[in-house]
Amino acid sequence: MAVAATTKTGARPSRAGRRPSAPAWVGTVPFFAYVAIFLIWPTGIVVVDALKNPNGTWAFSNLSEFGNPLVRGYFIGSLKLCLISSVTGAVFGAILAYAVASGDPDGLIRRLYIAVSGVLAQTGGVTLAFAFLVLIGPVGLLFHASWYFEFPWGIGLIYTYFQIPLMVLVFMPAIDGLKVQWREASENLGASSWQYWRHVGGPLLLPAFLGATLLLFANALSAFATIQAWENQIAYVVPQQISTALSSEVGLSNVNEADLLALGMIIMVAIVMTGYALLLRRAARWLR
Amino acid sequence: MNALVAAAKKEGTLNIIACPPTWANYGSIISTFEKKYGITINDAIPDGTSQQEVDAVKSENGTAKAPDVLDIGMAVALANTSLFAPYEVSTWSDIPAAQKAPNGIWVQDYGGYMAIGYSSKYGTITSLNQLLGPQFKGAVALNGNPTAANAALNAVMMVNLAQGGTAGNIANGVNWFAKLKAAGNFNPVSATGATIKAGTTQIVFNWDYLNLPSYVGVTNWKVFVPSGIALGGYYAQAINKNAPHPAAARLWEEFLYSQAATGGQNLWLQGGARPVEQPAMTSNSSIDTAAAAKLPTISGTPVFLTQAQSTDAANYLAANWAKAVG
Repeated sequence: MAVAATTKTGARPSRAGRRPSAPAWVGTVPFFAYVAIFLIWPTGIVVVDALKNPNGTWAFSNLSEFGNPLVRGYFIGSLKLCLISSVTGAVFGAILAYAVASGDPDGLIRRLYIAVSGVLAQTGGVTLAFAFLVLIGPVGLLFHASWYFEFPWGIGLIYTYFQIPLMVLVFMPAIDGLKVQWREASENLGASSWQYWRHVGGPLLLPAFLGATLLLFANALSAFATIQAWENQIAYVVPQQISTALSSEVGLSNVNEADLLALGMIIMVAIVMTGYALLLRRAARWLR
Repeated sequence: MNALVAAAKKEGTLNIIACPPTWANYGSIISTFEKKYGITINDAIPDGTSQQEVDAVKSENGTAKAPDVLDIGMAVALANTSLFAPYEVSTWSDIPAAQKAPNGIWVQDYGGYMAIGYSSKYGTITSLNQLLGPQFKGAVALNGNPTAANAALNAVMMVNLAQGGTAGNIANGVNWFAKLKAAGNFNPVSATGATIKAGTTQIVFNWDYLNLPSYVGVTNWKVFVPSGIALGGYYAQAINKNAPHPAAARLWEEFLYSQAATGGQNLWLQGGARPVEQPAMTSNSSIDTAAAAKLPTISGTPVFLTQAQSTDAANYLAANWAKAVG
């Protein structure tokens, strides 16, 4: 693209222009190599092994496992937990982000808030689950939440602890992108606050909001250490059952089952991504 | 033996895997061996599972990092015999025939009986059904998922036997845990020293040698075993057939099965585990009697799950456990 533009405008030939073929694609090699090694190759292994027997022969009948009520249960569990924690995280995070963004852009509160969110969004795993266990578990320091071990409520609450700050971080730039002139313009034209949000602010923020929610969904889908520390005597979600399939010492270990479950998670993300892309196209139509 | 010691010293290093220092006295077993022979021991992933040990043998095969010896559960040992080298230690004849492979490809090393550890603030527990009472809200825990962890599977089996079930059918045990859950007393957090110290898992099903005050890290800790229920479990030693330090691996085995006062068998006993040569050592008086006297009393005929019983139980749990307690 850059090379073509240079020649078209007739500017002084660049060094790149004299050696036309190499540089244009060489620069993309690290990116594609990275994607191939860390995304495509492992995904390929998962897909291939999911369709094999432990002895290495093809077994497309493995796919019928998705009809097994037990296996479906893990996916329904994952779906419930991801939906609850991502929607809660997105709604509360968006409100918080708006509250913070409408304050002084260089103020102490805002800087403090972003810094704290950056830390909390990365908090998870054993420490987080243990903190909640000690605070509201069976012998809670604060109180004993009788629903603490009920799936998905207890773990959903724990997940929102890092989902809300993550939402604040990823959604703040979108709110900052709302120009104050747009608000002034709509007010000058007699729009109410509701009308501004319904016809201007809302549609503008919707794609970012959906994208951020999707990020939160994926964040919850792949989380393992936190839920495993919350409880590890029952497999509620897919990653927990993958762990059992990989490490069972009582004869239930089956790498191919783990691959099949991972394939299911890939399909799950693919469905969510497709839905998001369709929504985005609809939401962004007016931008074109 | 002298040739073996010389060859092992020449190798200078031994790779072991998944041996937590606080587990069955491994910390002092490792340091005693290192001091005695001047061989450095690398303990990879101390908190790993038996399956992870076998995975490491496969994935690190041929490298200097590969584990030389394994300490694994029986289900994993029997499923992976093709990875091991047979070896008969010099005390071979003192190991009961049922606890070793005839060719020495695996040999049981130490074990214990399933027991219920509990905080002494509950007074004295004398029956399993007491645990269904309201004072035990959210207190009763296993140490893992019984479809994955051997100790947890045996915990459910122990309850099953106490509830009139047989080793071939674990359903009564699962039903009891469903009652425990309905009573609000089941605690699904994996019990560790940290959760016990924090007071969040006050009652823990585990092997007796992992239910010692010294292991869980609190002093007010007692142990209860339902009367007449002796459900045992032993781990096994196996040598990686492609061990990077073959002589050190065999010397380590000789050390572990040694009946000396500071040999592996008595050191395990001091860690609360029951060494496999304990009956023979009791007869020939080489046993550490003080340590043996500290073991919890077990009554009844010892039961050890066969491979088939363990597999049946695992399959039943895979289909019914989550439904019962989820």
